[in-house]
Amino acid sequence: MYIDRSIALELKIAPMPFDIERGRLRFFAETVGLTDPIYFDVDAARKAGHRDLVVPPTFLSNSLELSLPDPFSWLAELGVDLSKKTHAEQSFVYHNLAYANDSVVFHRRIIDVYTKKGGELEFVVKHTDVKRGDETLIECRFVSVIRHPEALQ
Amino acid sequence: MHQKLVKGTVLPSLQVDKITRTQLALFAGASGDHQPTHLDIDAARAKGYDDVFAHGMLSMAFLGRLLTKSFPQESIRSFHARFLARVPLHSHPLCSGRVTDVESGLARLELLMTLEDGTAVVRGEALIDTLALPPDFAVHS
Repeated sequence: MYIDRSIALELKIAPMPFDIERGRLRFFAETVGLTDPIYFDVDAARKAGHRDLVVPPTFLSNSLELSLPDPFSWLAELGVDLSKKTHAEQSFVYHNLAYANDSVVFHRRIIDVYTKKGGELEFVVKHTDVKRGDETLIECRFVSVIRHPEALQ
Repeated sequence: MHQKLVKGTVLPSLQVDKITRTQLALFAGASGDHQPTHLDIDAARAKGYDDVFAHGMLSMAFLGRLLTKSFPQESIRSFHARFLARVPLHSHPLCSGRVTDVESGLARLELLMTLEDGTAVVRGEALIDTLALPPDFAVHS
């Protein structure tokens, strides 16, 4: 079964608030091997002209949504078999840096649904505006691919 | 060697540590991506995989590390990644990047993550605002 594009584009996904904690940023920096102290040492970040620890380029992403209960309910609501989906693409457009102790809100919506390879692959594009108050800090795009092996038969 | 940012400039590559189960568990906690196919061999097998495999966003975090090693983060305007193949456990990925174009103050970078056998697992692109770079900026390679 394929997604009904017009329903997908109208789908309301609840905004997700997220408080950026210093400890979480230090944990992330250590796990991915960031060695620049602006990512884990507040004094070093301030000396470099930042007001707090800098949030690394890929931290504010869709991954943060995945610790919510039932994180792919927005896809399931569209009738997608969640065992057939994979992460195909990810992109970020940066407007301003985020810092530790910022509170942000993820505003999410589906902006496109399309198929390739004669329907074997179906793509869903979710766009997220990561906002601090009224200011958009990052625009984030998550592209999921859903396999449809039945299209080959 | 120091080099200015021009078409063809190669970034210093980044050899990341071998992918281990421990790292995937830690990244699940740090990133928020708790999907069991990255953590639990039973869940991975139930989905038809031999074993757990790395999160796409872990690969993208490594490419991000490659970028912030060379550029101040505030100069990164955009960053895109396409996940071409799974990154298996115990693989030893290499991240690389080069400038393909500099136009209107924006440098376009082509990014790549490969496995030891040369398989391209992630292809990426980033735009760097050269006007946001310090006057003495140079790529160290």
